[in-house]
Amino acid sequence: MALPPYADPLERAWHRIYQVICALVFVFLIAPILVVIPLSFNVEPYFSFTEKMLSFDPAGYSLRWYDTLLTFGMQAPEAPRDGAWFADMWANSTWVNAAKNSVIVGFWATILATILGTLAALGLSRPEMPWRRTIMAILISPMIVPIIIIATGMFFFYSNPCGIIGIECGRLTSTYLGVILAHTILGIPFVIITVTATLSGFDQSLIRAAQSLGANPRTTFFKVVMPLILPGVVSGALFAFVTSFDEVVAVLFIAGPEQQTIPRQMWNGIREQISPAILAVATILVVISILLLATVELLRRRSERLRGVSPH
Amino acid sequence: MADSALLTTADGRPLAQALAEAQGRARRRAFWLVVPLLLFVLVSFILPIGQMLHRSVHHDGFSANAPAVSAWFAANPPGTQPDEAAFAALAQDLRAMQANRTAGEAGTRVNYVLPESRSLFTKTARSAKDMTPPFKAALLAADPKWDDPRVWAAMRSSSSAYTADFYMVALDFERGPDGSLERVPENRQIYVYLFVKTFVLSGLITLICLLIGFPVAHLLATLPMARANLLMILVLLPFWTSLLVRTTSWMALLQGEGVINDLLVWIGVIAGDGRLRMINNQTGTIIVMTHILLPFMILPLYSVMRVIPPSYARAARSLGATSWTTFRRVYLPQTLPGIGAGSLLVFILAVGYYITPALVGGADGQLISNLIDFHMDKSNWSLAAALSAMLLVGVLILYWLYERLVGIDRLKLG
Repeated sequence: MALPPYADPLERAWHRIYQVICALVFVFLIAPILVVIPLSFNVEPYFSFTEKMLSFDPAGYSLRWYDTLLTFGMQAPEAPRDGAWFADMWANSTWVNAAKNSVIVGFWATILATILGTLAALGLSRPEMPWRRTIMAILISPMIVPIIIIATGMFFFYSNPCGIIGIECGRLTSTYLGVILAHTILGIPFVIITVTATLSGFDQSLIRAAQSLGANPRTTFFKVVMPLILPGVVSGALFAFVTSFDEVVAVLFIAGPEQQTIPRQMWNGIREQISPAILAVATILVVISILLLATVELLRRRSERLRGVSPH
Repeated sequence: MADSALLTTADGRPLAQALAEAQGRARRRAFWLVVPLLLFVLVSFILPIGQMLHRSVHHDGFSANAPAVSAWFAANPPGTQPDEAAFAALAQDLRAMQANRTAGEAGTRVNYVLPESRSLFTKTARSAKDMTPPFKAALLAADPKWDDPRVWAAMRSSSSAYTADFYMVALDFERGPDGSLERVPENRQIYVYLFVKTFVLSGLITLICLLIGFPVAHLLATLPMARANLLMILVLLPFWTSLLVRTTSWMALLQGEGVINDLLVWIGVIAGDGRLRMINNQTGTIIVMTHILLPFMILPLYSVMRVIPPSYARAARSLGATSWTTFRRVYLPQTLPGIGAGSLLVFILAVGYYITPALVGGADGQLISNLIDFHMDKSNWSLAAALSAMLLVGVLILYWLYERLVGIDRLKLG
């Protein structure tokens, strides 16, 4: 904010203080995220900067914690790094398996949440939708209800999902399906919010125009509606994926040993054997979130351009 | 409606009727788009929570496994001294429990009302097979506690499957020897204290977020768009970064041998042996939760401040107001919707927080969610459900307020 020319010295001083406060808050926001990056290259098993790191001595830095991520849990981590070592790593490394699980669960949860959420958002943004506010409040509630309540409820329900109608049909706890369904629920509010936000700027007369030109509802949807709301749908999907990729409480309650995800493994690492390997994972995740943020920003701008809404 | 009857569609139907039908069709079509998701949410979200909350008023661990004593309780009004028939019924039930291995289940239910009575059941059940009349003497020989009126009061309140006992415990009450409600001794009043602490800490975190988020939102809203967008990334990046990553990095920063303490020692602010304890306590919870929830404060504030025309402030200044008066009387009132939206959202999210307190809260930085988890872990499911129900009611009231004051459709992400 530019200071007006008529500002007196007191106001000028206050303006400086205000800028310093803002700068400090930005440091508070961003420093904790950036600090893990150099720390993850620490050669020592500490969570702090060593003398060598501070003097930028290459001997103070190493990739050993990234190596640990690959070798931890392997049967023969010391073997020469050939095809057999790689196969061992792919099959047995704890973190590699966690990453695989995170991607599997995140992928399916995202698909389910995006399809169901986009359909619902299309309905919700129609002006004639009955009980709009109530239904919207119900669909957003997984974001608001404390996660521990959701997780305990799902734990009991998924232990015996058919118990409610008095029959036995197996369980969903310790299965991929259970974790995927739980993460779908948690991702849905984000899809609803982003897609309805995109649709709020959508010109409904385009649908009528398409139909008056002879397009059937299917063609109208895929040729007119879909291209316009696609950026919003993709942002929603990314939000849903990140939610699943970062979720630990539902996994703690529902997943079995076969479904350990990256956050679950980090949780173990933080609570039990804390080592800079956690910081290496954290660094990788920070890089992923930077990429995702960049994608969403690009999509948002594209969406604004497509709809002719120029930034202020 | 004589006029509308005159207007008809091409096939001769009254226009009003045709319009109503078309609107009904449109409503149904919109509703059908929502139905799949609504069903999914009802079955795999609302139903599980409802089922879990049912546990907070229903527990048949005692009533199902001790039918004879339960029948005696039903036949005799509260306050009746247990007679030989009661003790005989109890011995019969204990024998059945031993045969079915359910003494623990029954004991667990009574244990909620009267701590340390679970072992009484499991221990006595083991010797119940060899008991002979008179049963009162036999049971008292097994354990003199069976003469304690508190035990009988606890069994009476456990003898019906539906009960408010778990809410009684969750509100720090217990049953006296005559079955009346009493507050538990002060040193054991943990639940109400923790609820109060959770709400106070959440309020404090909300306040800190507001105080440090307000200037930043203002800066972002008044800078030219290109620079604001650049700085906005600094707000959005934490928002997109994994919660566990942020908690981990705070651990690296705050711990005794961590970056901030090292820095302070190096500058000379504190001595090497006077390192600050900033983690594994309440301070840790407050710092890390403030960091995690700050974007939820800045974003709603920003979207409100962005559309406040700067001409109002200029008009106030030209009319002779000082900059402080201009801020207080002109600018601040216009930001109130943003303050309300951000504060409510941060407060709602803080009240139910679990991960951060569990990882960096230590002993005194735990919130109510962590206590629910603790009781789930100890298999005190009914108590966990009662605490969950109370927390849920609090959160839903706040959510309802948010919906009334702000509107769900105003919720934005980035």
